[in-house]
Amino acid sequence: MTTHTPTGTAKDAVKDAGLPSSGKAADIDKLDNRLSIEKSDPGRRGIAFKNLLKAKDNIPAGLARKTAPKLPELSELDVVRHYTRLSKMTFSVDANFYPLGSCTMKYNPRVNEEAAALEGFAGLHPLAHDDSSQGTLEMLYDLEKRLCALCGLDAFTLQPAAGAHSEFTGLLIAKAYFEKLGDGARTEIICPDSAHGTNPATASMMGFTPVNIKSGPDGRVDPADLKVHLSGKTAVVMLTIPNTLGIFESRIEEIADMAHKAGALVYMDGANFNALIGLVKPGDLGVDIMHINTHKTFSTPHGGGGPGAGGIGVKKRLEEFLPVPRVIKDGGAYKTDYNRPHSIGKVKAFFGNVGVLARAYAYLLMHSKKELAGIAENAILNANYMKSRLEAVYPAHSKEYCMHECVLTPPAELTAKGLKTLDIAKRLLDYGFHAPTIYFPLIVHEAIMIEPTETESKETMDSFVEAMLKIKNEGAADPQALKDAPHTMPVKRLDEVQAARQPNLRW
Amino acid sequence: MFIPTTEKDREEMLKAIGASSIKDLLKQVPAKYLYPAFDLPETSLDEQQTARRMKTLAAANTPALSFLGAGAYERYIPAAVKALISRGEYLTAYTPYQAEASQGILQTIYEYQSSVCALYAMDCANASMYDGASAFGEAVRAAVRVTGKKKVLCQETLNPQYLKTLKTYFANSKEYQFVTVPQKDGLMDTDKLPALLGADTACVAFQTPNFFGLMEDGHKISEAAHKAGALVVAAADPASLGLFTPPGEYGADFAVGEGQALGLPLSYGGPYLGLFACKKEYVRQMPGRIAGLTKDKDGKRGFVLTLQAREQHIRRDKAASNICSNEALCALSATIYLALLGPEGLKELGLANSRAASFAAQKLSSVKGAALKFKAPFFNEFVLDLQCDAAKLREKVLAKERIDIGLPLKDLYPALGTGALLVCATETKTEEDILRLEKALRENI
Repeated sequence: MTTHTPTGTAKDAVKDAGLPSSGKAADIDKLDNRLSIEKSDPGRRGIAFKNLLKAKDNIPAGLARKTAPKLPELSELDVVRHYTRLSKMTFSVDANFYPLGSCTMKYNPRVNEEAAALEGFAGLHPLAHDDSSQGTLEMLYDLEKRLCALCGLDAFTLQPAAGAHSEFTGLLIAKAYFEKLGDGARTEIICPDSAHGTNPATASMMGFTPVNIKSGPDGRVDPADLKVHLSGKTAVVMLTIPNTLGIFESRIEEIADMAHKAGALVYMDGANFNALIGLVKPGDLGVDIMHINTHKTFSTPHGGGGPGAGGIGVKKRLEEFLPVPRVIKDGGAYKTDYNRPHSIGKVKAFFGNVGVLARAYAYLLMHSKKELAGIAENAILNANYMKSRLEAVYPAHSKEYCMHECVLTPPAELTAKGLKTLDIAKRLLDYGFHAPTIYFPLIVHEAIMIEPTETESKETMDSFVEAMLKIKNEGAADPQALKDAPHTMPVKRLDEVQAARQPNLRW
Repeated sequence: MFIPTTEKDREEMLKAIGASSIKDLLKQVPAKYLYPAFDLPETSLDEQQTARRMKTLAAANTPALSFLGAGAYERYIPAAVKALISRGEYLTAYTPYQAEASQGILQTIYEYQSSVCALYAMDCANASMYDGASAFGEAVRAAVRVTGKKKVLCQETLNPQYLKTLKTYFANSKEYQFVTVPQKDGLMDTDKLPALLGADTACVAFQTPNFFGLMEDGHKISEAAHKAGALVVAAADPASLGLFTPPGEYGADFAVGEGQALGLPLSYGGPYLGLFACKKEYVRQMPGRIAGLTKDKDGKRGFVLTLQAREQHIRRDKAASNICSNEALCALSATIYLALLGPEGLKELGLANSRAASFAAQKLSSVKGAALKFKAPFFNEFVLDLQCDAAKLREKVLAKERIDIGLPLKDLYPALGTGALLVCATETKTEEDILRLEKALRENI
C-alpha cells in the first residue's frame, strides 16, 4: 500500500494529499456535495420493468398507496457516479491499513467473493427442496465439521447472523439446558469488566442479570474475585479469550473448573479467535459454548458494518438445543432436520447468512492445518512487533507479550498539553491510516487498541509506526494542529453533540 | 498468498521484539494447550482448486423453475447494484466509527434511512437489522418497552418463521403473553380484534401481505389497536409498497420488512436485510446504528453515527439491543436499488409482481383439481387448493420437470389440508414460465 507521509505540520499534510491549491477540502466537494435526492430530476429512471403480463390489477382503493414515496429519480449513470464518488470518501482494507483492535480487519480474498456469487449458491431459495440444495448443504455440513475440529467442540450451528446474534443464541442454549435440568435458579451471567459491550447487553436482553467482575492488575480474570461472585445463581461465565487487552487467560483451567464445580457453563466470546486459530482448541480449555465471527477470523468482508456471519459451537451435551434446521448426512445425501424437540427454535428466518458462510468455507479450503496455525502465529508476531516498536513512546498497558492485539496509551508529553487519544486517532487519518480502536477496553484510560492482523506487511507496519512517532513530535511542537486534525479529509471534525441533540436522520 | 511476512521479515521482527521464536511469544498460554492434534486436512487447495471446488458444489444445487416465496423472493438484481457493492471501498470497510474517513458510507446510510422512511411513510429508520424476522422481534421488544405492557397480539397468518423468531426473542421472559388473532377467509378477523385487545395489550403485530400472500387492511387493524391504547407493529413487503398502503399511512408505530426484496440474492436465506422504522417519538427506543446529518467545525455538512447512547458499546447492559454488526452492505444494495427505481420504478415493480401472480392464479385455477383458496386481494403470491397431496405433487413435478411448484402448507397450517400450496410469481416470471407451470399441474395432478 502507499501512504503519503506528511512532513510535520498540518499544512504540509494538506499539500501532500494533492488537494486544490487553496488547501481546502471543501473546494473538491463544491463540485458535487449533494444527496441522491438533491440530484433527482423528475422523469429520470435508472431501470424499467417491461414484463407486465396481461392480468387484472387487484388493488382496491382502500388498500392503495396514496402518496408516492420520496425517492430519487436518476439515470443509471447518475446512480453509478453518485455511489462511486461516495465510495472514494471511505477508508477500507483494500485502500488503507486498518489496525482496528478487536475487529480483525484482515484482507478479504477475492476468490471468496467469486465463490459466493456463483448462481448455484446465490440463486438458491431457502425453502428449496433438499434434493435441489445438495451443494449448499454439503458445504454447510463440512464447514460445521471443520469448525468443530478447529474449536475442539462437538456441534456447530451457523444460523446466527453476527457475533452478538451468536451470543444471544449461545445464552438461549444455556437457558434451555438449565431448564431441562429443572434448574430455574440460574439467572446470572458473569462477565469481566474488559468484555465487549455486547456480552452484558446480550445477558440483559435475555432477562439474565449481568454480573461484572474486575480484571486483576495483569488484566486477567482474578479467580479470587470470580469465586466471590460464583454461586448457584450463576448460569454462565462469559469470557473473551484472548481478552480485549490482547492477553490470554492463563489460569483458564482453574477458572473453567471453578465455573463447572459451581454448576455453571463456560462461554467463550470468539471475537478474538484469530489469536488461537490452529494453535489452541477452546474445547480443551473447558469451554462449553463459543461463538465465531466469520467476518473476523475467517476473512469475510465487513461490508461497512455487516453482513457478518456467526456460529455457535457446543459440547455434546448441549447439541440437542441448537436452532433448527440442522444439516445432517443421511447415507449419501444431505438433509435439513427440523425434528429437534429440545431446540431453542429460530433466531432468524431460514438458515443463516449462507452467502457469507460460503466465503468462510472457501477460506478454510485454502488453509491446511499448518497454514491455519500460521494465521494466529503471524497475527501474534505482528501485534508484538507493533507493540515493541511503539511502546517506548506510547506506553503499553501490559508489559508482557501480547497475543493478536496490544493496548497502548498516549505519551505523557502529549496528555500534559491537553491532547487526547482522539487527537492522535484523527491525525492518523491524514497519514492515510485508519485509526486503531480507541477508548476501548473501558478499563484502560485513553486506550489505543491496535490489531494489525497477519495480512499486513512489515513495511506497512513500519510506515504506521513512523506516522505514530511523527504525530507525537507534531503534538509536542504544535498541539493545536493535532486538535484540529484531520486536515485532509472531506470534512473536519464533526459536531456530534448537535447530531444527537437535534437529530436529522433523513431527507 | 495472504501472509506477506518472509523468513527474513520474521527474523527482523523477532529481533526487534527481543524474542527468540514465535513460541517465545506464546509463553502466557499453558504449553499443554498449544499445537494440539486437529482433525483437519494436512493439505490445502490453491486458489484455482478452491474456485473449482466451489463451482462443483454450486453446481450440485440443481436449479429449478421455482415458484417459491414465503418470505424470500426471486428478484432481478440490476447489474449496477452488483457492480457498486463489489467496490472494495464499500466491501472491505468497517462500521464508520471514524466519521471523517467514512463520509461516503455514512452518507449512504443516511440515504438508506431516508429511502426506508419514504417507502414506509415513517419518521425515522435505523441503519439495518439482520433480517425481517429479527427486525420484527426487535420491534415488538421496543413496543413492550415503550408501553410497559406484556400482551402481544399476532395474526394467525403471520409467517411462521417470524413467529418462531419472535418467541425466541422473548424466550427468557415468561411473563409475556402471545395471543393469536384468528383468520377468516385468509385475513385477520378484525371483528374479533376488539375483544382480544385490552388495557394490558402492548401491541398488535402483523404482516401484510400476510403469509398467504393476502393484503391485510392496515387501516382497520391500526384503528382498533390504537383505540385500545395498543401500539401497531407492521411488517410490510417493501416490493409491495409502490402499490399498497405503507404502514405510515395507517398510523403504524413501528414498521419493519424483509429488505431482501430490494435487490438481494436468495443465497439460501442470507445475508438479508431487516428494515426497521418507527414514529419519531420512539427514535430513542430503536435498536442498532443510526446515521445523522450534522456540521463540521467549518459549518460544512457531514454525517456521523448518532444517538449512540442506545447502543451496546456505550450502554452495555442498559442498551436497547445487543446488535453490533448489522447488514450494512445489504442496506447499500437496497439504497442503490431504490435510487435506480425511483417512485415510478417501484410502482412498475409492484405491477410486474401483482400481474405475474394474478396471471398465474388465473391460469392455475383453471386447471382441473386446482382452485384459489382465498378470494381477498393478494400481491405476488397466493394459496392454491389442490385436490391431491401438494407435497407429493411438488416432488413429482420437481423430479420430472425441474419445476418447483411452491410451498406445501400442510406442515405449517394443518387446518388447510394436504392440498394447500403457496405459489409465488415475481417480476422474474414470464408468461412462458407460468404456462409451463400450468401445463405441469395439468399433467400431474
